[in-house]
This record gives sequence, structure tokens and C-alpha cells, in this order.
Amino acid sequence: MRGVSTEAALLLVGVPVLLWTLIPIYHMFLFAMSPKDAAFSGQLWPSHPTFRNFEIVFGQKHYFLYNFWRQMFNSLVISCATAVLTLMIASAAAFAISRLRMKGGRWVMNLALFTYFIPAAFLAVPMYKTMGMYGLLNNDWALILAMVTVASPYAIWILRQASDKLPVELDEAALIDGASPFQLFRLIYIPLMVPSLIAVGTYALLLAWNEYLYAFLLLSRETSLTLPVALGNFLSADDSPWELLMTAGFIYALPPAAIYYAFRKYMSSGLTAGAVKG
Amino acid sequence: MTATTTNIVEPTRRQPRGVGFALSEKQVWALLFTAPYIAIFLAFVVFPVGYAFWLARDPHLYIELSEDPIFLRTVVNTLVFLIVAINVKMVMALFLSGFFTHKRWWVKVLAVLFVLPWAVPSIPTILSVRFMLNPEWGVINTLIFSLTGDDGPNWLNDPTLALSLSMMVHIWKSLPFWTLILLAGRLAIPGELYEAASVDGAGAWHRFRFITWPSISTLYVTCTFLSMIFTVGDFNSVYLLTGGGPADLTHVLATLGIRYLRLDQVGLAMASIVCALPLILPLVFVMMKRLSK
Repeated sequence: MRGVSTEAALLLVGVPVLLWTLIPIYHMFLFAMSPKDAAFSGQLWPSHPTFRNFEIVFGQKHYFLYNFWRQMFNSLVISCATAVLTLMIASAAAFAISRLRMKGGRWVMNLALFTYFIPAAFLAVPMYKTMGMYGLLNNDWALILAMVTVASPYAIWILRQASDKLPVELDEAALIDGASPFQLFRLIYIPLMVPSLIAVGTYALLLAWNEYLYAFLLLSRETSLTLPVALGNFLSADDSPWELLMTAGFIYALPPAAIYYAFRKYMSSGLTAGAVKG
Repeated sequence: MTATTTNIVEPTRRQPRGVGFALSEKQVWALLFTAPYIAIFLAFVVFPVGYAFWLARDPHLYIELSEDPIFLRTVVNTLVFLIVAINVKMVMALFLSGFFTHKRWWVKVLAVLFVLPWAVPSIPTILSVRFMLNPEWGVINTLIFSLTGDDGPNWLNDPTLALSLSMMVHIWKSLPFWTLILLAGRLAIPGELYEAASVDGAGAWHRFRFITWPSISTLYVTCTFLSMIFTVGDFNSVYLLTGGGPADLTHVLATLGIRYLRLDQVGLAMASIVCALPLILPLVFVMMKRLSK
């Protein structure tokens, strides 16, 4: 009897949680599968489901979507560049602070941590003005560098915690064998840090792929936009094709979800060590 | 044996301190390795922040700001957002983290699905919610009409309702993340404690009150502070759902700066951010103390 009431109580929580989680996502999917005039009917499943919207998006057959593939490609390039740069900068800094026992390393760490706590939206306005002064506006590099700035503090923090756990004897043995710190970094440190590097790389990749605010401030030329900004532009017109917006948005949401689930094992260890912004 | 080895190695590892400006080779390498980050930090944090303070130096900006009714409304909105949304979210996360400790196959499946809002980008999902709330053809008002025959409310046209819905979107998006953190905290509690309590006949509430809560209360408070810091900067939940409207009544500090920027009032944008500092700096210092160990 007690078992039955526990199951009932669990279901009483589980069902609302499932609905709460999935409704906005399902609604998006429903729009994507519906013909234009049926999308607004309020049905739970369209009477004539269609892939027509996907055809229009993939074929770039609407003026809002003329640069769909181009913008997808921009998003991809910017997120990959952000991930690679963040990994290089953060692993080098974490190595110096943790393994080389840099003088003032604590200071660097605290400055990074402080940056992590500056709300991204507050840094956005000064960043926009500064990028203008550097002459980088409308250049992919503006967004890449901005995203590296936002991503690397957390990356350094996580990598430093992971590298503090590596045994000191490794470094000493390598140094006695005559290895330079650079060889130590490349041949011993990096291979041992692979799991944390995957977690941090995924974090930076997803951060850049999902970013909207910085992307729309820093890039404005139609062909240099990233996908989220292009989607946001649908809102500026009254006669926007919502079903196409939802279709493109659905396609845009798939890669990060897939990447997250693929690297979930690595992400969760990094997650519990701290907190991801966003 | 081990002790002697450590004694021999120890003196060579410790670098002599304060010997002029001569740096050991290792310290030169350390500087080289941190140089890229320091360069990024100087160019894209120190310089922009310094420049922001310089642009916001004119006291008249603050008088102008305090005379702008939208600014006052924004400060109130931000406080409401922080206090209401974060606490509701954290209590929900605390409750759901308990739910996800149950070992059932379907709870595991649900835990995997539950992360989706956090894993997918904000813009398509928030816009999806925005369409659901459309007063004329959105699915919610269509349902209300077919069930009751009445027109539903004009959801996003009422400032209180619109701000509440922004908070709901914020909770939808970030609840999975904090639930996972608190779940990790709960799973770290030794199971024997609960077994012993069950033997003593403790009910669910007593187990929570005397075992779970004392073990994760520090984590819970840390998470609440962190979430507050991040939420001051939650631009997407407000901007993508309401755009700050109706009549600029649902702005929060994160969206207000962008609004001033678009109106080409850069000084006001910077000043509004400077005004937010008393709100976040104390939180930041508490967090630095807690996390920089």
C-alpha cells in the first residue's frame, strides 16, 4: 500500500515536470511540421504533417533565409575558433598557475574569477564601444575574442582545479630528465588533462554557439551574422513566417543538444566542480 | 624513506624569495604561459571597464538617470526578478533534486530529458513561448477560447504579467542546471545516514530536516548567490520575450543598458551599469571568498 502511494506521488511530480520541460520545445517542433495555415489551429498534432518547412529552410527559399547556410557556417566557425582559442589560453594559464607555481598566480586566478562574476550583459556595452575603437566591429574576430574573454575565466578555474590533482612527482621526474617547461606542458600535462579539456572545450563551443547578445551587438552585416541574430531579425517584421522561424530555430537547436548529450559524461564532472554561466 | 625523499626535494622546489629582479627560468616560462590570458584580460576587460567608468564620470548623467521613470521602474523590476525568480527557482531545484534521487528507470529517462531547456539555445525556445502567448493565434489563447468561449488575456501587454512570464522563462531555462548541482550535492551524502534514520523511524520530513538540509545548505546558499549574480545579467529572458515592453515597463538592468545604447545615449548606458554595481559587488566579494580557495 505504501509502495503504491509512493509511486503515485512520484508520478504526480514526474508528469508535470515532463510537460513543463517539453511543451515549449514540442510547440517549436509542431510549428516546424505544420503547413503554413495550420500552424495556428491549436491542434496537438497537425492533420497533415509536412517536411515542406525544412525544404524551404534548407533550400533558402525565403528572403529571411537567403543566407541560412552562410549564417550556420559563421556560427560554426566562430564557435570552433572560440573553443580552440579558449583551450589554448586557459590550459597555458592553468599550467603556469598550478604546475609552474607562478609568482602572483593567485592574483591571476582571482582576476579571472572576478571576470567570471561580471554579468555578461554589463560587459557587453563597454565591449561594443571598445571593439569599435579597435576597428573590429563586423569582423568575426570581434565575436570570437569577446567569447574567449567570457569563456576563459571559468575554463582556467576548472582546469586549475583539475591540474592541482595531478601528482607533483611527474613534473619533478620530467624536469630532472632535462625537459623544458614547454616539453612538460606538451608531452605530459596536455595528455593527462584530456577529460577536463573536453569538458572545457564543449563549454566554450556551446557558449559561443548559443550566444545572442554579443553576436547581435558586434556583427550586423547580413552575410556575417550568426544564426541566432538572423533568427532574432524575424521579429522585426510583422508578416514574419513564424513556421519557418521555428523550423530554422529547431535545426539550430539540434547541434548543441547533440553535443551536450555526447559529452555529458565529461560535462557533469566539470559541472559539479563549479557553475557554468548562463 | 618517503620522509627523507621529501626532505631532499623540498628545498630545490621552493624558489628563493625577493632576490632582486632576477626571475628563475621557471618563472619566465610561467609568465610566457599566462601572457595570452593577461593580454586578453587587459584588452577586453580592463580597458573596456576603465573606458566605461570614464564615459560614466559625469555626475549629470546620474541626475538624468534618476529623473528617468523607466530607470526607476527597471531597478524595481531587477530587484523583483532577483528576489522572486531566484528563490522560487532554487526552492523548485531543491525539491526536484530530491525527486531525481529516486531510482526508477523512468525517473532516469526524465532526468535526461529534463536537461534539454538548459542544453538548447535560448532564442528558439523563448520565441516559441512568445508565440504560444500571442493573444490572437497563440496556442494558449486558442485553447482558452475553445474551452470557455472567452478571449484569453493579452499576456505580454500587461507589465506585471509580462514580467512574471519573463521570470517563468528564466526559471524554465536555468532550473535544470541548478537542480543538477543540488542533485550532485545530495548524492554526496553518505547513504548510511539515511539508513540509520529509517531504523530510528524518522519520516521524510525529519530526514530532510536533520540530514539533507544540514549537508547541502552551504551549497544551496552558494548557488543562490551565484544565480543572483548571473541573473542580473539575464538579457535573453526579458529581451526575447517582451523586448522590455509594453511601454518599456518590463526592462531589467541587463536590457536597459542595451536600450540606451540603441538610443545612442552611451553615457546613460554606462551610468546605468555603474548604478548596478552596489547591487552586485557585495555578492561578488562573498563569492570570491567562498570560491577562491
